[in-house]
Amino acid sequence: MKIVIVGDGKVGQALTGRLSEEGHDVVVIDNSPDALRSSVEIYDVMGISGNGASYAVQKEAGVEEADLLIAATSGDELNLLCCMLAKKLGARHTIARVRNPDYADQLVLMKEELGLSMTVNPEQAAAREIARMLRFPSALKLDSFARGQVELVEIKVKAGSPLLGQALYSLSGILGIRILICAVRRGEEVYIPTGNFVLQEGDKISITASPSELDSLFRKLGIYRQKIHRVMVVGGGRIAYYLAKQLLKLGMPVKIIEKDPLRCEQLSDVLPRAQIILGDGSDRELLEEEGIEDMDALVALTGMDEENIIISMYAGTLGLSKVVTKINRMSFQEILDGAGIESVITPKGITVNQIVRYVRAMENSQGSNVETLHRIVDGRVEALEFNVAGNCVGELTGIPLKDLRTRPNLLIACIIRGRQIIYPGGSDTIEAGDNVIVVTTNHQLQDLSDILDRS
Amino acid sequence: MNYAMIAYILGTILKAEAVLLLLPCGVALGYGEGDLPALAIATLLAGGLGLALTFRKPRNTVIYAREGFVVTSLSWIVMSLVGALPFVLAGQIPSYIDAVFETVSGFTTTGASILTDVEAMTHGLLFWRSFTHWVGGMGVLVFLLAIVPLAGGRNVHIMRAESPGPVVGKLVPRVRDTAIILYGIYIAMTLILVVLLLLGGMPLYDSAVHAFGTAGTGGFGIWGDSIAHYDSAYIDVVLGVGMVLFGVNFNIYYLVLMGKWGSIWKSEELRWYLGIITGSTLLIAWNTLPRWGSFLQSLRYAFFQVGSVITTTGFATADFNLWPELSRMLLMVLMLVGACAGSTGGGMKVSRLIIMMKSAKREISRMLHPRSVYTLKFEGKPLENQTIYNTFSYFFILAGFIIGSTLLISLDNMDFDSTFSAVMACINNIGPGLGVVGPMGSYASLSNLSKVVLILDMLLGRLEIFPMLMLLAPSVWVGKRRKL
Repeated sequence: MKIVIVGDGKVGQALTGRLSEEGHDVVVIDNSPDALRSSVEIYDVMGISGNGASYAVQKEAGVEEADLLIAATSGDELNLLCCMLAKKLGARHTIARVRNPDYADQLVLMKEELGLSMTVNPEQAAAREIARMLRFPSALKLDSFARGQVELVEIKVKAGSPLLGQALYSLSGILGIRILICAVRRGEEVYIPTGNFVLQEGDKISITASPSELDSLFRKLGIYRQKIHRVMVVGGGRIAYYLAKQLLKLGMPVKIIEKDPLRCEQLSDVLPRAQIILGDGSDRELLEEEGIEDMDALVALTGMDEENIIISMYAGTLGLSKVVTKINRMSFQEILDGAGIESVITPKGITVNQIVRYVRAMENSQGSNVETLHRIVDGRVEALEFNVAGNCVGELTGIPLKDLRTRPNLLIACIIRGRQIIYPGGSDTIEAGDNVIVVTTNHQLQDLSDILDRS
Repeated sequence: MNYAMIAYILGTILKAEAVLLLLPCGVALGYGEGDLPALAIATLLAGGLGLALTFRKPRNTVIYAREGFVVTSLSWIVMSLVGALPFVLAGQIPSYIDAVFETVSGFTTTGASILTDVEAMTHGLLFWRSFTHWVGGMGVLVFLLAIVPLAGGRNVHIMRAESPGPVVGKLVPRVRDTAIILYGIYIAMTLILVVLLLLGGMPLYDSAVHAFGTAGTGGFGIWGDSIAHYDSAYIDVVLGVGMVLFGVNFNIYYLVLMGKWGSIWKSEELRWYLGIITGSTLLIAWNTLPRWGSFLQSLRYAFFQVGSVITTTGFATADFNLWPELSRMLLMVLMLVGACAGSTGGGMKVSRLIIMMKSAKREISRMLHPRSVYTLKFEGKPLENQTIYNTFSYFFILAGFIIGSTLLISLDNMDFDSTFSAVMACINNIGPGLGVVGPMGSYASLSNLSKVVLILDMLLGRLEIFPMLMLLAPSVWVGKRRKL
């Protein structure tokens, strides 16, 4: 597909990389030639420097024949203008990043009036994800499928765990719970395990299960943690605002520490029920004074990755139930494990995933759609949820799974049929109307029929 | 440095060369003049070596700008070394240095020859000699990018290292698609040229060979007196216009194919290029009028020679060595100017000339009005300072190499015309110069040292200096050891 991306900032560049790797023809527009240069040197894309909302630049980028225009500049209004113009020029779909909370209530109206296909708000999406993590503090990471019917969590196998030394096929029997381990990260290697795989200490495993089964698994493993009640948020940016709003709605008291007096006033204006503290969140005295030890969770959301890491490490030593760290730069993820930082959130990554999911769904508007896409294990494994419809019906349905020749490093983790969740064995079949969750290290699945090994 | 990947790409190049060698093998088979074994052995050698190097694909396929430069210059060197083998094996160019000179001259589309009697060569080898022009014109690596995915997204480094001109733009987002479009246009234009030459009564073999020479703006002919052999106004005009067209930036053809005819007139470089051609043609036609008698005749020879020199092809319809001094010097200047960026031609490129003239103008106006602010624009877009610096340093280094090589060649003790024009003709990829190395002469009488210097000049000129210079940078070859 032909995709035009306006704005080569953090999100723009990450999107450029992902979409061009997935085989799309990408044109990037940005005002600054320097930003473009690095994109053009790393990825096989074309760069055009200029104002993305100007007619001439859009024409030069070939927006008329583009399938999708993504506006991800720093200005909401500019993004909307880009999309409006692109739609008039003939782009099939447009996606705008709109992050100002003031517009949040009129998004639906804007989408209809301006013909937008989707709006993305990285901060709001990040806040939503953090809120979910706080509701399930035992997991390192938590993603959900089929509107929450199936959860995908990542946990670490610690010393003395009953999972140690057991082959995977025997686990359900030992634990008495039906779960599926769909990906294992051991050191630098990532495995999509088979039934004979044996877990070792230090493995990070990704598990799919229903929420209630997860609950009992955590109890059995002894890693159940207290429900989160009191939350401290360090840094009062947009994510903090969205997060506090959600948590307050759930009745959790929130304390926000922010060092800019003006911002503090704004926050106290829009979040009357939250406690706003003016001060430097990286100051240990202040954190202690504000009772960090009595908190259930701490969320580090300052603008500096380094500060967030230090604050989280400190909070980790105090034994809080949950510590969530916001990191903007994704390239150093593996060293964070060693530093004891477990729950990491990257707003950029979430937005990129959202858009990639949309793009894949666009590509097969007739076939079986990608309903959900999560990247797990540092982005090296993809977990996708497909709805079985369209042209893959005859090809895949009604055949016992053991007779399907699927690609290597691929696992059909779950079949959701109505309200029933099936962890498929060799004799199970996929039927039309099912939702199927596939876990794979192959990042090019567009359609459910792509799971077949055609070579 | 990713040495494994460099070796892998070199292997792929050799495999491609083996495939390309099959064509002259076929020609040799058809003519049956006994040069087939030589060509066949070279083919097998290139193929075998290529297969050995590409036996295993390296795990890490990422290459950076550094590797892009190194692999480009190494590829050209390796290809020339292997491509020279048939001439030696067949015994038609006994000295290996001479054979390499001839092959490098072919691949770099120079057209400078050490052959004193070209008509004595066999058809198969002559075909290979001209075919190297065609292959080298558009760039071998660009061709490879079109057919095999080499290094993930980063192969833009290779394209940048190989394509001529100050700024390298892609036509479409993907390097591969861009390469396919460029080669598509190139092949189509070559075929049209072959047909037009056939219509002019040229035999098929001659048409193909001359079309290769024109398309690559190379200039190897098959007759001692080059194109003058046919003495046909029709062929002169077809080849003359053909050379000029192949000296135009190929992006313009793409835009025209896309229906954007307006882009022809919008292109500043094209306007200058055509202007320079028209101006010098008229000037030389006027200057040489007494030789030909009629203005039309004079125009015919002047146009052909201007087109041949500015596009750095090097075909000749007359011995311009005998022309009046003004015409000779004008041609010498045109050698340096060269064709448009993004074409198959060599030289400094018209766009660089424009950029330098514009910034010189800016400096002068700054002296008069020190506070004036003046944005330089080229092709309707503001020029980045980086591009201007690069252009000037390119020019400076080019001048340095011209002076240095001239000094080395002067060891041969030829006259000034021959010494200086030999360097100019080689580094700008033209071919024939003045004096001893003029259109009816050859490079045969030069010493081996001079030949090696000129071989390097040709490569420097074709790859626009920097990739070749990278080979000399110690940091390219010293890896982790520096940490000790």
